This record gives sequence, structure tokens and C-alpha cells, in this order.
Amino acid sequence: MWHRVWALIVKEIQMLWQDKRTRSVLLITPLIQLIIFANAATLAVDHISLGIYNKDNGKYGYEMVQRVAGSKYFSNIIFINKQSQIKPLMDRQKVYGVLVIDSTFSKNILNKGTGQLQLLLDGRRANAAQIITGYISDISDQFSQNIAPELNRKRQSSSVIIRNQFNPNLEFKWFTIPAILGTLLALTGIIVTALAVAREREMGTFDQLLVSPLTMTNILFGKTVPALLVGLLQGTLMFVCSIWMFSVPFTGSLVMFYLAIFIYLLAVIGVGLFISSLVKTQQQAILGAFLFVVPAVSTSGFATSIQNMPVWLQDASLINPTRYFLAIVRGIFLRNISYSDLWPNLIPLMIIATITLTAATWFFKRRI
Amino acid sequence: MKKLTGSAQRLRALVYKESLQIIRDPSSILIAFVLPIILLIIFGLGLSLDTSTVRVALVAEQSDNQMTQSLLASFYNSSYIDVVTQTQTMNQAEPLLVGAKVNAIVDIPSNFASREKLADINKFKNAEIFVKTDGSDPNIANFAANYIKAVWGVWMQQQMLNFKEAVVPITNMIPRYWYNEELKSRNFIFPGSFAIILVIIGALLTALVVAREWERGTMEALFATPVRLGELIVGKLIPYFCLGMGTITVCTILAIYVFDVPFRGSLFALYLASTLYMLSSLSLGLLISTITKDQFVASQMTTMIAFLPSMLLSGFVFEISSMPKWLQIITYVIPARYFVTCIKTIFMVGDVWALLLPNILCIAVITALLLGATLAKTQKRLM
Repeated sequence: MWHRVWALIVKEIQMLWQDKRTRSVLLITPLIQLIIFANAATLAVDHISLGIYNKDNGKYGYEMVQRVAGSKYFSNIIFINKQSQIKPLMDRQKVYGVLVIDSTFSKNILNKGTGQLQLLLDGRRANAAQIITGYISDISDQFSQNIAPELNRKRQSSSVIIRNQFNPNLEFKWFTIPAILGTLLALTGIIVTALAVAREREMGTFDQLLVSPLTMTNILFGKTVPALLVGLLQGTLMFVCSIWMFSVPFTGSLVMFYLAIFIYLLAVIGVGLFISSLVKTQQQAILGAFLFVVPAVSTSGFATSIQNMPVWLQDASLINPTRYFLAIVRGIFLRNISYSDLWPNLIPLMIIATITLTAATWFFKRRI
Repeated sequence: MKKLTGSAQRLRALVYKESLQIIRDPSSILIAFVLPIILLIIFGLGLSLDTSTVRVALVAEQSDNQMTQSLLASFYNSSYIDVVTQTQTMNQAEPLLVGAKVNAIVDIPSNFASREKLADINKFKNAEIFVKTDGSDPNIANFAANYIKAVWGVWMQQQMLNFKEAVVPITNMIPRYWYNEELKSRNFIFPGSFAIILVIIGALLTALVVAREWERGTMEALFATPVRLGELIVGKLIPYFCLGMGTITVCTILAIYVFDVPFRGSLFALYLASTLYMLSSLSLGLLISTITKDQFVASQMTTMIAFLPSMLLSGFVFEISSMPKWLQIITYVIPARYFVTCIKTIFMVGDVWALLLPNILCIAVITALLLGATLAKTQKRLM
């Protein structure tokens, strides 16, 4: 019996390999996507354009302007001298924000008072707005610290010493690249199974398999193995790319990495086969794939952390295989997790894989 | 009913046939209405960059004094900080950071409240605490650091008052967020997701349907009829265009009345931008299907050059100006980039025509180019 399954596997691999377009869809596009999206998916903000409205004619207002203009984050400073100029600049997104230095800024500082700064920010770009608030507030704190001695004033103490473990400079790419790897693997797993089976059914070649001496379990096994191999190959390519091209540190164990990819691929392939057992046409298969992939990626912690989501959605994401895989793969890449940290995420993946693969087999047997 | 002749009659027949096809395949309706609503709910309610609480482990190396106790209490009482556990040594807390059980560790060293510090204000001001954040999630790490600094700042102020030494800050900065005072992610993610929804209906659905016609040979059958090429394309576009506009209407009503997203612009601007953007998506879908003539490859291409860019390269979540230059140049040919700017402005700011017009114009130009390319490509194939 096994030689028949073997023959089927060989045929499937040949089919995937022969078609030039399928081959490029499976091997080249993921790498291009990895490169493009790794560069795009950053929540860091730089090259900021900022407006400055300095109403103060004193020395300290001028010094504050110098400090902001000299900061590496602000590449484009627009000087404003009328209140009425602010709104058009903000409305038309010419600036991310406007720093207004109060007219009594220098006077208050010299008179033992507090110099007031106001920062107006564009709420359309809320994330950038918050980050810019942080930058400007750091600059003004630094400014206060530096001028305190010449004024004979007490310093504000802020002695929290912060160290970012695992990623000292908070490189965003280190966070997104392992996630992109997981997402693209999910896409492949689904494409190779759900869409390919649906195409075979539409063309009628699936029926030919059914009349062969192979059992349904054999056929599904024959579909799973090639998809698994393609996924492993793709995973390896992206892994090498992340380390060589993007210098993401890999601190964990390779064995653990491949174990996680293996189980994750099984879970995703199970979902793909399950979708293909329910649909009749390719259009429906693509709908099914989208219905799975889009929510799975958005609730996986890809760009926004799971702990920020509402509780009901956090609970719903417990059935999402991508969630567990991303947690594992980020842990292996950056935090060198131990096996005791691996199991809490790997066991749910194993359960999901078992359920989806069993369900797919059962549905195929019943529906055909 | 009025009798139609010539072109109008043929067009009506085509639109009728296409609409029947949409209605009869439940998956089209699912893609057009159910998928957008699921997306709206997940994007609008689920995706949030606003961190509400961060998980923290406290390490108090010596907690038998009143000062450490009061600092610990400040952390326990903060509504932004969820204290997961308190340990005595760093070694006990570190595995929690590796296992992602906590986002940060606050370490209050053993010399924190020494006798000299309690006696001398100047020594006291040099008191330090150490924070280790989990940098593998940079966004949360930033938030954690800021929340911890805030707790520390407030606590320090109180201690200074106890020493009868109020410090008047030298500078004070007040941030004000225009258009979105509370910085709710929902207010910009919701309108932004329209760009993705219209791409799914416009580009993906159209690409699939037309590719299927090519795959099955029914496209050639249509060519054999008196239908002209222009009519054929318009006939294909009209039903899906209506579907897209219907979805936009439903989504807008949901956004405003169910999810309380502010709407400060005009419906005219909303529909003008959506119409042009929908046309650009439809033309892209048509072009892809005409080139590939294969549903499998068409779906992959649409995902690659329409769906993913509309999500990642449009400024929907990620800032375009922070991307490398070569990538910024690529975004100029992506209609979603212009549409996301328009739709966010229409919802959150109002009709700022000085910003909207250039963006709408760019979408129109891209649409015209895509439609022209489709026409050229289809004609060539016929000959």
C-alpha cells in the first residue's frame, strides 16, 4: 500500500515543481514579500516633519528650538510665525505636529517658574503622535536638566535606569520578521492544500484519484507530505534570509525551531484540507482561505500585541494556530526560550493540528 | 418597459447575466458582505495599538523599610500596571521575562533606602531603580518604560513633599491631539480598513470571476457575440461596482452608528473618493485576470500586488515616511495610499479639499492607466 502513497507523493511534488508559475509563487514570492514587508512593517517613526511656533523672544526659547532642530528624528522643520498658519499645515498633513513655545517661556524660567510648551499633534497618525510626544518630552527634560545649574535651580530627579533586554535598541524588524515568516508559511500551507485541491476538483482530476485503489486517508496523506516539504523549504529560505539579510539574532535552538515549524505546518495544512473538504470551486476555496488567513493574522499578535486586544478577542484567538507559532518563533529567535516555555504554546498547536487533520479526513470521507 | 436598442440593450443583458451570477454563487455574497463585516469587527475592535496595562514583576531586594514599601504600593495601585509577582532577587524574576509572562521587571536595589538616603535630601535624590523590559516586543517595551517612569515620577514628587522640598519644574510640555483627542486607534483603523475591503471586492472578486471565464472558455464565447469590447468591460464592472458601493454604505452606517466613529466630512467627498478607488481596484482585478487567465495564479497575484500592499504599504497602520526611500517610491503607484489619506481625513478632519483633490486625482490617473492597459491587452489577445 505504501508504494502507492509514495507514488502519489512523487506525482504531487512533480506537479508543484513542473509548473513554472506555481514554483515561483511558492519560492520566490515569499522572499520578495519578506523583504518588502520587513521594511514596511515598522511602528518606529523618523524623518519627521515638525512645525515650530516660537512666541518667545528670549534665550531659552531659542535654545529649545535649536535642540529640537538638531535632533536626529526631525528631518524637516517648518518655522511658523502666525497662529493662523498652524491649522492649514496640520489639515494638509504637511507636518506631524507643531511645537508651540509660550511667549513667557524664557521669562518664567528666569523667574523660578515653569516654561510652558504645547505640542499639537495629528491624531490621524495616532501612533506616530504618541512617539513624537515621547521624543519632545525627552528633549525638554534634557534641556531642563542641563540648564538647572546655571539657574541655581533644583533638578527634577528621574533615575529610572531602563535596559531593553533581548533587543537593546528596540529594533522593530527583529519583532516583525519572525512574524512575517509565520504569516507567509500560513499562506503557503493554505495555497498548496485548499486551493490546489479545489482546482483539482474543478478540473475533475480529483475524481480520478478517488477511483484509484488509494483510500481517502492515503490521498490526504499524499497531499499533506508535499505541502509539508514545500513549507519546510520555504521556512528554511526565509530563515536564512532573516539572519543574513536582516541580521536578526537567532539565540535559540534549531531543533526547537524546526519542531515548531513542523507542527505549525501540520496545523495549517489541516485547516487547508478542511476548507477544501467543504468547498466545490476555487472561488469558494479562496473565500475560505481569506476567511481563515485574515482573522488569523490580525489576531496573532503580528503587529499589535495580543494583550492589547479586548478579552473576548483574546479568548477567540486561542484557537488560532498562528498566535502560538508567532509566540514560539519570537521566543526562539530573541529570547532563547527553554523547553518549559515551549510546551505551553506547542501543545495547543499539536491539539489544533490533530483536530483539523481528523476533521478534514472525516469530512472528505462523508462528502465524497 | 422602454425598449432599448443597440449598445444599451446589450449592456443591460450583460449586467443582468453578471448580477445573476453574483446572486447565485453564495461565495460572492459572502465575500462582499460577510467578510467585510468580520474584517471591520476584527480591525475596528480588535486591532489596537493603545496599550491598556503592562504586566510587571517587582523585585524588592530589601522590602522591610517604609520607603520601599510605599514605592511598591504605588506600583500595586497603578491602574496601568498589572503586578504579576513580587520576588526578592533578579534571578527569580528573569525566567518570567524570557517566558514572556511579564513585559518588564522593576528592580528596587537593596541600597535603595539606606539610612543616609533617608536622612539627606541630596542623597535621596540620587536614588535609583532599574527596569528591564522585554525588547522582543518593542511597542509594549516602550509603553512599559513610560508607565513605570510615570509611577516613579509621581512617587518621587510625593517624597519630595514629605521632605518639604517641592521642586518647581523648569519646563512643562502639554501634548494636544487634534482630530482624535483620546487617540483611539479605532477612529483611524476603521476608516482605513475600507481600503482593504474595497480591494477584496474590487480586485480579488473581479479577478477571480473574469479569470474563471477565461479558464472555461466562456470569454471567447462572449467575443463571438455582437458585444463590443468596451461594453463587455463596462458590463463586467457595473455589478461589482454596485456591490462595492453597497458594502461601503453598510460599513459607513456601521462605523458611525454602531461603533461611534466620528464623521466630520461630507458624504459627497466619501463617495467621490470611494467611487474612484473602487474603479481603480476593479481595473486592477480586470487587468490581472486578463494577463493570467487562471484563477489560481490570479488569486496569488491579487494578494501580492493588491491586497497585501493595501494593508502594509498604504499608511493604514505603518507610517510611509518611516520606510526606506525605495519602498516609499513603490507606494506612489498604490492607489490605497491615496485613498487611506482621503478616507482618514474625511472621517476625522473634514473636507480638506487642498489635501483631498491631489490624492483623488492620483487615484484617477492610476485608474485610467490600468483601464487603458486592460483594453490594450484584451484587444491583442483577440487578434
